[in-house]
Amino acid sequence: MQKYSIFNLIKNAFLKHENWDLAWKDPTPKKEYEVVIIGGGGHGLATAYYLAKEHNITNVAIIEKGWIGGGNVGRNTTIIRSNYMHDDNALFSEFGMDLWRKMSQDLNYNVMFSPRGIINLAHSDAQMNVYARRGNSMRLNGIDAVLLNREQVKEIIPMADFSDNVRFPIFGGLMQPSAGTARHDAVAWGYARQADSMGVDIIQNCEVTGFDISNGKIQGVRTSRGDIKVKKIGLCVAGSTNILAEKLNMTLPVETHLLQACVSEPVKPVLDRVVTFGAGHFYISQSDKGEMVMGGDLDGYNSYAQRGNLPTLQHVLTEGIAMMPFLSKLKMLRTWGGIMDMSMDGSPIIDKTHIEGLYLNCGWCYGGFKATPASGWTFAHTIAQDRVHKLNSGYSLSRFNTGHLLDEKGLGTKTWIS
Amino acid sequence: MLYIKCPHCGMRSQNEFSYGGDATVKRPDLNKEVSDQDWDNFVYNRKSLRGKHLELWQHLSGCRQWIKVERDTATHEIFRTLKANEDNS
Repeated sequence: MQKYSIFNLIKNAFLKHENWDLAWKDPTPKKEYEVVIIGGGGHGLATAYYLAKEHNITNVAIIEKGWIGGGNVGRNTTIIRSNYMHDDNALFSEFGMDLWRKMSQDLNYNVMFSPRGIINLAHSDAQMNVYARRGNSMRLNGIDAVLLNREQVKEIIPMADFSDNVRFPIFGGLMQPSAGTARHDAVAWGYARQADSMGVDIIQNCEVTGFDISNGKIQGVRTSRGDIKVKKIGLCVAGSTNILAEKLNMTLPVETHLLQACVSEPVKPVLDRVVTFGAGHFYISQSDKGEMVMGGDLDGYNSYAQRGNLPTLQHVLTEGIAMMPFLSKLKMLRTWGGIMDMSMDGSPIIDKTHIEGLYLNCGWCYGGFKATPASGWTFAHTIAQDRVHKLNSGYSLSRFNTGHLLDEKGLGTKTWIS
Repeated sequence: MLYIKCPHCGMRSQNEFSYGGDATVKRPDLNKEVSDQDWDNFVYNRKSLRGKHLELWQHLSGCRQWIKVERDTATHEIFRTLKANEDNS
């Protein structure tokens, strides 16, 4: 594989950039693979990469219905963080933070990881107490957390509304300085390019139509481009999980819901952190192009539409304007939607299933993007070793049955309620 | 914007409604022994269909009644709405 470097860039500049290798091939599916990953999003691509890199399993195919990176990995608000209170979430995410920090070098692809810090705003004394507790839990797990008072927050984000007569005054906030953002498409492309170079077949425009199962074991997968014999299948399809679960006669603790995001017109640098509103659900950061990247609540009802509805957008942006009034002056550039696999306790599932050779990765709710490397790494381990890693042992499918829920936000079973 | 025809009040915008999830889920009969699996299916497991989906909505800012709505989860087309106690077959 051609290495991306300044020297190669200069060399190719003299050759009019006509001799760059393709970043990944477009193979026709083989008759048989050792492992098939369904879903060519961030998690699927990362899983294939770590299968090859960490476990030397390279006879792998990624099957993608559309094109790689066309789903949620290309539709999110690119926030990366590990500010969780519960151990299972915190240790998993912090392991991921380490992979994020090394990712550009590791993949020889600039994912533009920008550890600019995230601030969760607090709007009451009670919320400050909750944040202090979460911050302490984070620090016990080795994650950086700083509790900020009102004056400290004002120093960092003076453009927020610090006037006296607001409905939700800013009392302070919890900051994770090492959190940040990354270029989401580059993550998908970087993983794809490396996985391809190690022998993984990335098969696009290939829809799964069924599974071959006998004696409770996976024997193969049927696709729109032919049948494939395989003993191990990893399911990594986010919002389409329920569609494939139906083909497997499984009913999962997951519902598919729509989440919208939007960007404003580009403006000069004004916000150099990720900031979340504490009295509702709204988050914002500024992209390198200058656009304000914003998101918030789900549309609130089951949806596979991949496009949003205006009432939710209005609700979300009302919160944004309450937090940072200058946003009302900006024009909206784009809005879009993606379909989320909302699990019933707000935490994901990375586990084996009752079908031998079928592995499940779903339930990412709002937080799939930041989990991409850790999810791929642990899912690859789970598939290769046929057992879960300590890091994803809390993300079991059986926890709903045994009562070991991982309810980070305390929302209960209806995580889509806003 | 979705427009939902409340069986009690007529056509109203979605802003007046709140969502209540899959309407086909039935609470297990409490007079009988309930298996863990049945309870799991009631509390957690959902089919989350793509296409026609029967779901509960409450006309919260209207008559406050719970209603059933049959809606396509991919196109958002609403086929019919029913009172909560109406048979959906």
